[in-house]
Amino acid sequence: MHELSIVQNILEMVREHLPSEASRHLKSVRIRVGDGAGVVKDSLEFCFNAVISETPMQGAVLEIEPVPFVVKCNSCGKTSANESGVFLCLFCGGNDVIMVSGNELHVTAIELFDEKELMV
Amino acid sequence: MSVITIERKILEKNDEVAGQNRDIFLRHGIFAINIVSSPGSGKTSLLERTLTHLKKKLEVAVIEGDVQTDLDAQRISALGVPAVQIVTKGGCHLEASLVKEALASVDLSGVQLLIIENVGNLVCPANYDLGEAVKVVVASVTEGDDKPLKYPTMFRNASVMVINKVDLLPYVTCKIDVLKRNALSVNPSLKVFETSCVTNAGIAEWCDWLQKNASKE
Repeated sequence: MHELSIVQNILEMVREHLPSEASRHLKSVRIRVGDGAGVVKDSLEFCFNAVISETPMQGAVLEIEPVPFVVKCNSCGKTSANESGVFLCLFCGGNDVIMVSGNELHVTAIELFDEKELMV
Repeated sequence: MSVITIERKILEKNDEVAGQNRDIFLRHGIFAINIVSSPGSGKTSLLERTLTHLKKKLEVAVIEGDVQTDLDAQRISALGVPAVQIVTKGGCHLEASLVKEALASVDLSGVQLLIIENVGNLVCPANYDLGEAVKVVVASVTEGDDKPLKYPTMFRNASVMVINKVDLLPYVTCKIDVLKRNALSVNPSLKVFETSCVTNAGIAEWCDWLQKNASKE
């Protein structure tokens, strides 16, 4: 359950980009998470909501963009995506593969409410 | 509505501090390893055998990570090897900053090998670089031969696998060839050792490898 630590890192980064007096303007945090990054989406959302609850950021949404687990085979040169996260080429069965994507753990952007939207 | 683009790695702070740890190891000529495994695979027993074998040949220091208690550091200190305990108080993994703090209380001068024993957990520690040269995953035969397939990230990120408790092979259903095959399917370049902390089988080979690498630094 390292998702709490990951959420704390995310929020620290958000605070660097968002002055504290503007915290209530936070509408969403967009992150990119690889399928092979060893992070559970539901746990991330649970921790995110728990940490921001009763703070000016409460209600902000964590938008998770999943990135498929893709490997490229050094033997046959093909790339294959597999949901099980196994380091095997789905075409030739070889295990001499390099990971092309799936390890991502990035904050990509934050979305803010305008003052006008908050008034409504 | 406005959008602020960020595009930063979530664990960049950990990676940054891991880089600082790596610089410290480089400056002192220390070969640092990060030992990971599930709880009960015998990490601390392996450490005890390793230290008994190596302590007259190499200057070794140990950082122990556990959720609670300093029992492991006591076991290591009993062997006359300096050990610092990190208690994570619930935290499921070590982070680079915890190791950096611990390093401040170790006399690093002369140390050739630093062994960091991570919290017993095959999931969370995989994401956190501590600044080590090598990640070592310990898999014991009592855990079954399918562990590498169930926890591929950890076996993928490790460079070395120690198969421990091989003295129990006659009594368990785990097939060592299957365990090795599964591990190599996840990580073809994994270097494998087979050890028993009861019979001391394989301890010499494992220690020779450590000594060779620690002497190079």
